[in-house]
Amino acid sequence: MIGLAFTATAAQAVDITGAGSTFAAPIYGAWGAVAKSSIGVALNYQALGSGAGQNQVIARTVDFGASDAPLTAAKLQTNLLIQFPTVMGGVVPIVNLPGIAPNQLHLTGEVVAELFSGAISTWNDPKIAALNPGVKLPDTAVAPVHRADGSGTTFVFTSYLAKVSPDWKSKIGAASSIAWPSGAGAKGNDGVAATVRNTEGGLGYVEYAYADKNHLTTVELKDKAGAFVAPNLDSFTKAAAAADWASAQNFAVDLLDTPGEGAWPIVSATFVLLPTNPKDPARSAEVIKFFDWAFTNGAATARKLQYVPLPAEVQTNVRHAWTNVAGAPDMSR
Amino acid sequence: MGAEVSLRTTGGPEHHAPVRRSWADPAFAGLARACGIAVLILISGIIAVMLFGGRQAFSTFGLGFLTSSVWNPVLHHYGALAPMFGTIVTSFIGLVIAVPLAFGVAFCLTEMAPGWLSGPLGTAVELLAAVPSIIFGMWGFFVIVPIMAQHIQPALIHSLGRVPFLHPFFSGAPFGTGLLTGGLILAVMVTPFIAAVMRDVFNSMPPVLKESAYGLGSTRWDVMRRVVLPWSRTAVIGGIMLGLGRALGETMAITFVIGNTNRISASLFSPGNTIASLIALEFPESEAGSLKLSSLLALGFVLMVISFITLACSRALLRRGRLVR
Repeated sequence: MIGLAFTATAAQAVDITGAGSTFAAPIYGAWGAVAKSSIGVALNYQALGSGAGQNQVIARTVDFGASDAPLTAAKLQTNLLIQFPTVMGGVVPIVNLPGIAPNQLHLTGEVVAELFSGAISTWNDPKIAALNPGVKLPDTAVAPVHRADGSGTTFVFTSYLAKVSPDWKSKIGAASSIAWPSGAGAKGNDGVAATVRNTEGGLGYVEYAYADKNHLTTVELKDKAGAFVAPNLDSFTKAAAAADWASAQNFAVDLLDTPGEGAWPIVSATFVLLPTNPKDPARSAEVIKFFDWAFTNGAATARKLQYVPLPAEVQTNVRHAWTNVAGAPDMSR
Repeated sequence: MGAEVSLRTTGGPEHHAPVRRSWADPAFAGLARACGIAVLILISGIIAVMLFGGRQAFSTFGLGFLTSSVWNPVLHHYGALAPMFGTIVTSFIGLVIAVPLAFGVAFCLTEMAPGWLSGPLGTAVELLAAVPSIIFGMWGFFVIVPIMAQHIQPALIHSLGRVPFLHPFFSGAPFGTGLLTGGLILAVMVTPFIAAVMRDVFNSMPPVLKESAYGLGSTRWDVMRRVVLPWSRTAVIGGIMLGLGRALGETMAITFVIGNTNRISASLFSPGNTIASLIALEFPESEAGSLKLSSLLALGFVLMVISFITLACSRALLRRGRLVR
């Protein structure tokens, strides 16, 4: 069960190893494929889950760890790590209601929290009907589906529910795996999607890229300004633009329910953890070279996969933070 | 795999071959002994690691770890009762379905099937045992779960779910996953193991017993009930226990279809969890040195204890069965 980072030997390219976030795995994989030919850095990335990524980099078994949940300043300090964001992405609720088209259903964060906690048990509940005038809602039972494996996606989604619903915050809380009050679990994004597809009245949550690729039935959520917003790259970008990067310590920015107009409320950055005292400074330098290349040349790839690239000034700050790594090349231009 | 290898030293007669190399024999004996000891060291090492890793959980929760059904990673409160319940219930459902099925297969193979059929049928049963559990899991998830969700569970909810006494066992949302589906998948997985043991036992039965019974005018049913079963009872129970041991530890196939929820509910349709599945799912997100990781290792220890008890029972029964013969 414990993932080992295998170092494949490629003569022509320098190998770097990373492990962690499944949320970011598609984009790191895409970047890695291009980087190998253009700058000669071969990335071996294992999508083991954010928690595993943290463990592996703390144990120094990989060159970098990837985590959707940022580490606390204290934890970074004790383990001699720096953390920096790479891209941002959205998490979206999906439903299975016959006769309801994608983005037709309007929900608010509070209602989503009540659906997942079991407080709302049928889809024609007055609370849902009030948000959807003119939509014919079935009397099907609500069947909430959550991630059974610990996941950064669950961390992001439950953090949002805790932020908009005081009840959820006090009774259930937010973490990469929690004690779900109702419903069934399924393994991975694909498991959640398949279970929702099988279950009439199903409700789940997945990474947006996954929902987009598989044409799942997404819903519109109410943003902080009070308008209903559909999940797409545009609304994620608006959420990212409204982020308060300046006051975020160690880049641990909060992108949930941001005040921007038309901003999708469930957006999160994904982070990379890098040791400041690397065992092999040359390899860490390659990791930095890789992400520097990705910041400069990888934005189009990120957008194609429905991720939001970092704003330019944040990239500058990240490049500055890299100078804390022993033996790092200076990338700040 | 749940295959069992029994290593018994037989005190055979000593015979003195002309010794060409005086060192070969002691060297071989030493090597064989080392292999035996290595297995012992390995198993005690695994137990020690589980116990040592789980010490934090045991010292924090004490016996409450076994009696609490709360598994809350947010509040760091962990109890093993819900996954223990799920493990035992799914294995029980699996056995209830698998035992008659395996018995039918074994009896058909040994007593009824003509020569041209018994060969392929026996091979098919053995092939079923060789299917990797991940395949069973995916087959369960993509084939069985939708059928359960869309046809079987709604039908049962609307029929048996309306009977007053049976209502709690057949209620809840028809996710398709859950204890019943998990038990079904396990049944398919352990049937070949139990059938193989039963077939061997039936084959090793002295033919004269059965022939006498047939000679006295017994029907097949009589022979099976009054001759075959009494004669092979203990060995058959031993085989069932072997199947149970495999069912208890099954991880991948169950993970797909159990519903992965740490709750205890009377309903057969309610999503549950098993120890092995919970460990597999939660392990990657448990921080090193955390209480959660310790609880998972403690759970592993609990599962080992449960498996050991069933294995010990099956060994004892199989041995007694051998003595009877």
